[in-house]
Amino acid sequence: MNKAEHRNLCRSVGGMLRAVVGAALCVASAASAQVAVKAGTLHTMEGEPITDALVLIGEGGQIDYVGKASERAIPEGYTTHECAVATPGLVDVRSTLGFTGLYNVDADQDQLDDSARLQPGLRAIDAYNPRDRLIGYSRSFGVTTVHTGHGPGELISGQTMIAKTRGDTVEDAAFVPAKAVAATLGPRAHKGGGKSPGSRAKAMEMLRAELLKAQAHGAKIARAESDPETEGPSRDLAMESLVSVLNRETPLIIAADRAQDIANAMRLADEFGFTLWLESAAESYLLADQLKERGTPVLLHPTMARSWGERASLSYNTAKVLKDAGVPFAIESGYEGYVPKVRVVLFEAAAAAGYGELGFGDALAAVTIEAAKILGVDGRVGSIAVGKDGDIAMYNADPFEYTTHCVGVLIEGDHFAGEREFDIGYP
Amino acid sequence: MPSFLAAVLVAAASTITASAADLVFTNAQIIPIEGAEIERGFVAVTDGRIEAVGSGGFSGAADQTIDCAGKVIMPGLVDTHSHIGGIGGADGSGPIQPGVRVRDSINVRDAGFRRALAGGLTSINIMPGSGHLSSGQTVYVKLRHDTSAPGFGVRTIDDITYYDEDGEPMGGLKMANGTNPQRDNGGPFPGTRGRAAFLVRSKFIEARAYQAKLDAAVNEDGSVDASKLPDRDLDLEALAEVMRGERTVHHHTHRHDDIITVLRLAKEFGFRVVLHHVSDGWLVADEIAEAGAEVSAIMIDSPGGKHEAVGVRFDTPGILERAGVRTVVHTDDWITDSRIFLRSAALAIRGGMTRRGALESVTLAGAEMLDIDDRVGTLTPSKDADLIVLSGDPFSVYTVVEQTYVEGNLAFDRADEGDRLSALGGYGAATDSEPYFCCYNELMTTGRVGGVQMRGTGSAGSGN
Repeated sequence: MNKAEHRNLCRSVGGMLRAVVGAALCVASAASAQVAVKAGTLHTMEGEPITDALVLIGEGGQIDYVGKASERAIPEGYTTHECAVATPGLVDVRSTLGFTGLYNVDADQDQLDDSARLQPGLRAIDAYNPRDRLIGYSRSFGVTTVHTGHGPGELISGQTMIAKTRGDTVEDAAFVPAKAVAATLGPRAHKGGGKSPGSRAKAMEMLRAELLKAQAHGAKIARAESDPETEGPSRDLAMESLVSVLNRETPLIIAADRAQDIANAMRLADEFGFTLWLESAAESYLLADQLKERGTPVLLHPTMARSWGERASLSYNTAKVLKDAGVPFAIESGYEGYVPKVRVVLFEAAAAAGYGELGFGDALAAVTIEAAKILGVDGRVGSIAVGKDGDIAMYNADPFEYTTHCVGVLIEGDHFAGEREFDIGYP
Repeated sequence: MPSFLAAVLVAAASTITASAADLVFTNAQIIPIEGAEIERGFVAVTDGRIEAVGSGGFSGAADQTIDCAGKVIMPGLVDTHSHIGGIGGADGSGPIQPGVRVRDSINVRDAGFRRALAGGLTSINIMPGSGHLSSGQTVYVKLRHDTSAPGFGVRTIDDITYYDEDGEPMGGLKMANGTNPQRDNGGPFPGTRGRAAFLVRSKFIEARAYQAKLDAAVNEDGSVDASKLPDRDLDLEALAEVMRGERTVHHHTHRHDDIITVLRLAKEFGFRVVLHHVSDGWLVADEIAEAGAEVSAIMIDSPGGKHEAVGVRFDTPGILERAGVRTVVHTDDWITDSRIFLRSAALAIRGGMTRRGALESVTLAGAEMLDIDDRVGTLTPSKDADLIVLSGDPFSVYTVVEQTYVEGNLAFDRADEGDRLSALGGYGAATDSEPYFCCYNELMTTGRVGGVQMRGTGSAGSGN
């Protein structure tokens, strides 16, 4: 039973009986949230793997023991899960999960409003569908944290959030309700038929103009804050979002694939001083030294993304090139317009590990601790350590092998089905 | 050369040391597909054919010996469904165009061929798209590349086409049902499944009448009375070939009811059909088995993305295998990437297929579906020497195709700088022509598929 189910049951039981019986049931059930995981090999991402390992997750859903199973007895009353290999719950550094639904029809696609070019005021929490079945599908392969929201496609398409892959409402799911603002450079954001932007230079001019406007807006706010006599500007949701970007409180994610677009993104960041995250970045291997020097994180396109259009020159090897150059990066599931409707970062990391020659450890880091660090949530997720959330993915063999199964998933100690037991339903 | 004579010569070559093998791969783990896996053995090649396969060392003489210690050798892979080569089949003028040949559209210099070889593919069914009830005739090709020849020794489509005993190019007929060939207000295109089937049946009935005229022109002594022959009709000729069992239908179909519709039409008009994609195949496995149809399934990393593909499962090949259906997997390149084709078979294992079934699903079973199993699909003496050298087990994520040989020639070598670029991607490795591929191009350029607006994707020109 997950937490939300547990809570609902407690509510309904309490509602029916309004009596001690209900309260007792809830207490007993809550105690069962104490969970032990025994793993043949535990990849904590905090050092070397631990063999014959034990993880204990307390009532609050946090990890309170990590180590050798031989050195700690499982306390009474704990539910024990055993598996061959355990990893931290996977962290998808950039996705549109919950915004781009299973059916790919009008009713379930909310990653992009194409009525305007610049919409930094669109919040992610107002569009996330926590019941989209692809969320549970991704979770069944080990994905427990997802940075998701408005996708690429407009110059500025909206905001993003960070959620656990659980919960019946966005409030249950989201633990960082507003994380970044999503922007796009390159032909994906260009319009035809005489509409702007129709070129790279025009796109840059429009972005610069908007950021200058936000600078002025921010200056008015600052003046009003320092001088009570001065009236602040009237509320403007889009401007407030960009002021946050300019104040370096909110990163600006720029999706850019061609090297010239990546260079444009860096030039824009230099001019306005915002925190830049590059997304997709197919040709980032051409500028790895510059990215390293700046410390700009790359939310790298799915390893198995199709190579055409702006991504025609992508390489399976890019993750390896970025790693060797010292560029901070993680592998995203990204946005898919067709099939597969959601990519699974487990598979994308596996392709980077093997075919892309990145190797197991660095590939696993790219969908766990490195992703968490970029997102600034490594205090809670991304590795298995005392005090962190009890988010664990369990496998019956090497997680990246094609024929391995994810056999179960824990989110803050609550158990969810692995891929063979998870039922996405039909149709 | 008569085949019996060839057989005699092969037998002779293996006993007379003076006539050395051209090429011998030694010390490899061998997966011959026909027969058991060999832990450590050899494959000997002469004149582009397999001369001998065995365990232990090779006792004969050889012009060239390649030590494959630690490597795995298996037959070149057979892909029953691909769109490489910048293909374009039927156009927008009508929904049923069986007279169109995809063979007339292929750019043999397209980078897709190099990528296919990087994935170990050596025989491929190149198909036109699924945006029509019939988008035309497919072509079976052998990637007869040779890294030692200028332009890899391939100048025209004729150099890579499979020909039958009569010298005719081999291929099937592409058909499709479900939403891809449907259009809203589509003029001659169907707007519903009912109309789609009506249009197909009407055309086959027309072809049946055409066949009757062909039959009527044959005199009692077997000669043909040319004056009685109908005017040639390329569309009807292709359908008549299909009904005579001379051309296999490769039928795109996803939803369970669409699959059943294909089986119903196949029964009515008596054609051999390979069901392609079959997202919902797991729901109608017994019906497929009973109809005796074959299946070429797609492995997609998640369900959905299009309404009729919400049933896609890794389980489908395994369920079909257990139901007794001959089942393969395909790339549908560029829906999935030829360079990691073995991954699809491995995912079929993840979904419950046997290792044996998965091995055959990318080799022998596909060759059977294309009627080329007398030449490829197994490492059997006298068959074409199409083989791949793998760095490890074919179904491990850490394994790569190191070399691909076609008819004894080195066609791909990951250690070569240019080939490595093809294998990994990067500058200079991109496709130089994009296929017309319903409905991916359509979606990306117009935001619409089959007349349905896919919101918010209208400007996504990159396939992001």
